[in-house]
Amino acid sequence: MVKDQEFLKSKASYCLDLAKKMGATDASVSVGHSISETVNFRNKSLEASDRSDGLALSIETYLGKKRSSISSSNLLDENIKTLIEKCFETTKITPEDEFNSLPDKNLLAKQIKSLDLYDETRFENDKKIKYLKDLEESASLDKQIINTESSFTVNKSNFILANSDGFCDGYKKSSFSASCVTVAKDENSMERDYEFSSKRHLSDIEEATDLGNKAAKQTIRKLSPNKIGSEKISIIFDKRISKGMLNVFANAISASAIARGTSFLKDKINQQVFAKSINVIDKPDIIKGMGSQNFDSEGVNSNKLQLIENGILKNYLVDTYNGKKLNLKSNGRSGGTTNLYFENGIISYEDLMKKNSRSLYITETIGHGSNLVTGDYSVGATGFLVEHGEFKYPVNEITIAGNFKDMFKNIILANDLEFEYSVNSPTMMIEGMTVAGK
Amino acid sequence: MSNFFSKSDLTRQDADKLVSETLNNCDDGELYLEESKSESILLDDNKIKSSNYSSDLGFGFRAISNEVVAYSYSNEISKDSLKNSSENLKSTLKSIKGTYNHEIPKSNKKFYEEINPIEQKTLDSKLEVLNKVNDFLRKKDVSVKQVTASFAGEQKSIEIIRSGGEALTDVRPLIRFNVSVMLEKNGRKETGVYGIGGRQSYDEYLKNDNWKNVCEEAYRIASVNLESKPAPAGEMKVVLGPGWPAILIHEAIGHGLEGDFNRKRTSAFHNLMGEKVASEGVTIVDDGTIDNRRGSLTIDDEGTPTERTVLIENGILKNFMQDRHNARLMNTRSTGSGRRENYRHIVLPRMRNTMMLSGNQAQDEMIKSVDKGIFAVSFGGGQVDITSGKFVFNCTEAYEINNGKIGSPIKGATLIGDGPSILKEVSMVGNDMMLDPGIGTCGKAGQGVPVGVAQPSILIDKMTVGGTKL
Repeated sequence: MVKDQEFLKSKASYCLDLAKKMGATDASVSVGHSISETVNFRNKSLEASDRSDGLALSIETYLGKKRSSISSSNLLDENIKTLIEKCFETTKITPEDEFNSLPDKNLLAKQIKSLDLYDETRFENDKKIKYLKDLEESASLDKQIINTESSFTVNKSNFILANSDGFCDGYKKSSFSASCVTVAKDENSMERDYEFSSKRHLSDIEEATDLGNKAAKQTIRKLSPNKIGSEKISIIFDKRISKGMLNVFANAISASAIARGTSFLKDKINQQVFAKSINVIDKPDIIKGMGSQNFDSEGVNSNKLQLIENGILKNYLVDTYNGKKLNLKSNGRSGGTTNLYFENGIISYEDLMKKNSRSLYITETIGHGSNLVTGDYSVGATGFLVEHGEFKYPVNEITIAGNFKDMFKNIILANDLEFEYSVNSPTMMIEGMTVAGK
Repeated sequence: MSNFFSKSDLTRQDADKLVSETLNNCDDGELYLEESKSESILLDDNKIKSSNYSSDLGFGFRAISNEVVAYSYSNEISKDSLKNSSENLKSTLKSIKGTYNHEIPKSNKKFYEEINPIEQKTLDSKLEVLNKVNDFLRKKDVSVKQVTASFAGEQKSIEIIRSGGEALTDVRPLIRFNVSVMLEKNGRKETGVYGIGGRQSYDEYLKNDNWKNVCEEAYRIASVNLESKPAPAGEMKVVLGPGWPAILIHEAIGHGLEGDFNRKRTSAFHNLMGEKVASEGVTIVDDGTIDNRRGSLTIDDEGTPTERTVLIENGILKNFMQDRHNARLMNTRSTGSGRRENYRHIVLPRMRNTMMLSGNQAQDEMIKSVDKGIFAVSFGGGQVDITSGKFVFNCTEAYEINNGKIGSPIKGATLIGDGPSILKEVSMVGNDMMLDPGIGTCGKAGQGVPVGVAQPSILIDKMTVGGTKL
């Protein structure tokens, strides 16, 4: 069983009391416990089972404007005492930083509303095994599938965040995740693809057979790919790739990147950075949401935030420290976004596919080719050539490149948004990017 | 060396007994105990932004029978906790019986000293170096707009207890020093990053004011990039510089030669053993035995001494990298490549220091031979799709080559190629093999482990460059 609130609270207040006693002017502490159980299958039989049980503690101590931190997985009182002593000794010799402080008291979360993030259902290993058997049966129906690997993980966790200004709160969370990776082979090639489902509640997890079917179908259609020539072409990003654009955007508008001047979106507040039709929202209070939270990692209340309104940048993601640097109040985004999404576009998926007589549909990218300072983007890609709205043939060993500043202004979104993950996007088209191939 | 039983109700004898009893009917497995101490100190935006110390302690208990691996970990080293884990393993493997393999090779060689780098340099003196870096770079040029410098150090102590009570131990120091600088000139911003590190004390790497060389290199890369033009798009010849660009080898063929993917036949290399996979003159080894290198290990995380494994010899595929589990299932021996990020993770076959050995050609001959192509000197990182064999890596410093001469710098671009065929495109191998500066971390299945790479300059006849200029 995951440790209860009382246990975690007692550890947190032990830490805060000790830090105060040693002379810390302020302190904050987070204590968490997480239990996770995974079963792995391969080619329809059990491959591995894995159980983890972990406590985690992190403490920050302040001496005026001096700050340092420690973390540990060892929660024995004796160890905590040694660590806090070490932490406070380090704090003393760390230089002052005028922006160091606990969050403003009046911004701290006061009421915790239930977001239904915890499902206490037990899903024993034999049930996981049954699910994975069904999944792999359906994934391996086609003879071209030569390998299937799948896993089911149940994670339950609880945490307490507390600080010396009296904040002390936390709550339980759960996640149930199933995933499947399939390998298909024909005379020309061997290809891999995947599908997964991750939910707060067990009952919302995708059916095993659907998951297996999808993974297999997505893999088989990649067989015998071609390499295309180098050209400018309009690119359609599958939902699993288009949401990645939101992650880049979120990193570029973090108060830390803005304050340090290392973002291509610095000084762009209230300016047009996306196409006029684009709206981006970060909503922390979606019931059962994978990214939902009542407060951020500093205890600051988080509300719904419109980041992009009609293409205009309206807000940065602000935490206490970087907020002070920028003269902005924290908006509860220490630790990043919550449930981040593009609002739907007005065009259907079918019409988006047919918008150009020829386009490239991208289902996977590899590499770390996003430069947040310059906005330059260049990654390896896999996908399909689309002609008149139809998949013609699979394409691989190509790269796609552009610059986010231009790409963001050329985004066209379909109206097929679904709330599956913590970051969600409809299918996306960007015209005028460069493909490098033959 | 840590004594994992001093503060626990669990005695060494209890642990031995429980391990033997649990693993009795299994093919393999062990109790892995780990204590790590680590620190990170970061200077950013003219200030010491953070100083963090972390201590971690825990065990991972593994039992393997046939193809099934059962694993359980906890950060509570106690009788109850270990018993729970044991029950877990037994229940997973209840119907699968094996025969325990007690054999494990031994070696007395150590490739680094048992130091704790964190304690060997005072916090004050670390802060002083970081501040000097900041002052040095900001005084150097008014276009320096941002400086980030950091120290990261750790000491990891491990003990592996096998069935029958055999115990194997290792103490592993590791440090890294990193500088990143951003320049802004005429409305353009570019960054340059450089770092050094390995398994010795901080001062070993910082002697003779070596921090200045790190600053100069980061500054040089950023300055070059301020002048960069859009990169070309399409297939062309590529000359790679020596050292760190060997992440090409790591991505293109290293991952594909790890035992697990080949046992499962999901690697593009699984049916190529003994075949020609590279040009003549190309020899690639994975070596865990180089003194004090970031990717070196005295023993791997299953207790096997590491070795120098020849992967490709003169173009022919010779060996895969193996941990005990995959080696047993493939009827071969472990190459000392079983690694894990920490006690929270299962062991996987991984790379250590992956190196292409020197040939006999000079870099300038390679460049002279290219009519149109690029010369790539430094890289950010890479990634591979094991199954299709396609891999990428990202240039952070590269130049055009026109008519045998190095031209303008070009913007960061991704290069993409096909692992099983790329090394056949290598037409010249340089005489200038170099090790990387000690900064690599390899990710696999969510686990990061420190690795090294090395290579001489090489000429690749055909590779796709992912620029924007057609």
